[in-house]
Amino acid sequence: LSKKVQAIYLWWHKPVIDQELLQSLPNLKVIANSGVGMDHLDLKLVATFGVKMANAPHAVSSSTADTGMALLLASARRLVEGCHVAVSPGMEYYEADFLGVKVTRATLGIIGMGSIGYKIALRARAFEMNILYHNRTRRKEHEEQLVGAIYCEKIDSLLQQSDFVMVVVSLTPQTHKLIGKREMELMKPTATLINISRGAVVDQEALVRALQAGVIRAAALDVTYPEPLPRDHPLLKLKNVIITPHLGIKTEKTTRMITEEAVENILAALNGLPIPSEVLPS
Amino acid sequence: MWYHKPVIDEELLQSLPNLKVVASSGVGIDHLDLNLLSSFGVKVSNTPFVVSTDTADLGVALMLASARRLVEGYQMAVSPDTEYFPADWLGVEVSGTALGIIGMGTIGYKVAQRARAFDMKILYHNRNQRNKEEESAVGAIYCKKIDDLLQQSDFVMLAVTLTPQTHKLIGKRELELMKPTATLINISRGLVVDQDALVEALQNKVIKAAALDVTYPEPLPRDHPLLKMKNVTITPHIGSATKETRRLMMENMTENIQAALTGLPIPNEVL
Repeated sequence: LSKKVQAIYLWWHKPVIDQELLQSLPNLKVIANSGVGMDHLDLKLVATFGVKMANAPHAVSSSTADTGMALLLASARRLVEGCHVAVSPGMEYYEADFLGVKVTRATLGIIGMGSIGYKIALRARAFEMNILYHNRTRRKEHEEQLVGAIYCEKIDSLLQQSDFVMVVVSLTPQTHKLIGKREMELMKPTATLINISRGAVVDQEALVRALQAGVIRAAALDVTYPEPLPRDHPLLKLKNVIITPHLGIKTEKTTRMITEEAVENILAALNGLPIPSEVLPS
Repeated sequence: MWYHKPVIDEELLQSLPNLKVVASSGVGIDHLDLNLLSSFGVKVSNTPFVVSTDTADLGVALMLASARRLVEGYQMAVSPDTEYFPADWLGVEVSGTALGIIGMGTIGYKVAQRARAFDMKILYHNRNQRNKEEESAVGAIYCKKIDDLLQQSDFVMLAVTLTPQTHKLIGKRELELMKPTATLINISRGLVVDQDALVEALQNKVIKAAALDVTYPEPLPRDHPLLKMKNVTITPHIGSATKETRRLMMENMTENIQAALTGLPIPNEVL
């Protein structure tokens, strides 16, 4: 059977692609990933076996942007806490002082202005939010104008001005622990950190300390390291933290679209044609 | 007046001979008997516009939270029993779907502005049609018949005022017209929905889910079926619950009270 395998469709990082697996599949031509992140793959290793790789960058962007906005709003308005209050057996009346923070006309700082980051900017603009962004490269002027986004060449400037900081980068050696103690201390004490990229982009220990000490107001994380977190992890118990189980792309429509994209990539590879979303080792 | 307290009845009004004004927090005044107050010569004010953006924000927050199963997801993420996240655990898409807004006042319109940025198709039903510019600014299509809106929407958002005409506006008939994959979101008043019909519709999968910032009563009795359903998200009437807006509401109410006490025109008088 192992000689027949020509393509692997990676679903949720499984199977694990290591030396052993690659050696056992001599006719493997392509690995197609579900989703856009490729940080779980050793791209160089795969390339040494002459196997091509592809991701699914297009299908994910709207759905992930929606998740980012869902987390921003849920955290700002204390939606999860509110639900618990509303269904709690001991509750007799609604507290008049249950308050969240305003989203409309607040300042959103987007770190990572790729396809997903840009879609977030489009959505946030409809909430009249002031949009700052930090990115490896600056976007074109008309792209900035469409969403009213202001470029912050220095991440510090974005962190100091934002009420909501949304992290939307790919995980690379450069973005590993991008948000640490220093960055969180630059943030406003009333600010919220939202992470929809990868858990390892945030220094989790530093985040726990920052939240406990009130250095930042709250955090909303669709991604952690690892996933799921160990059941005794402090992040699970903090009131001002919302954690979701990597919902980014988990809708019926998007998972279907991702699979269609992956199939397109696989068929192209097997037919010796150019692969639409090929990923090369850098 | 804050959160409908104190209750304004004949007894209270008779005991306060020098009462000149009742300043109510928020925009809804369905909890006040306007005719009764008028008969005692007492003026009434509300805080109409200051709550609009926060309420619209919460409407969208509820739509996203319900569609993407955020609260359920959180519970899974923190549950002591969770060992891994199942690969087939899915929610429904928001971007690119159809939103039907029932009640296109200030709040309904702000919901439309926000939803448009999610590439949503926007349908609306209102006593009056908005003008062409307002419609095209948000890409909203008018549905003169509520049935048309109900049949085409993936999300139905209620943003009407509670009046005798909107009481139980959404009942068994309306719920059955909705798609079985649709979600009902209520940010208006609990009484706009026939709650018993809603429970039945959710139990029988006539609609997919509901997200309610308002119920009748508030809070619901602790044994109410809505509190136990997985596909129901309930928040404790937090539509206007942000520090900034509450502050503005207080300033507004104070302004109205001062105007009434000095015999000047009341900025937000309700007649």
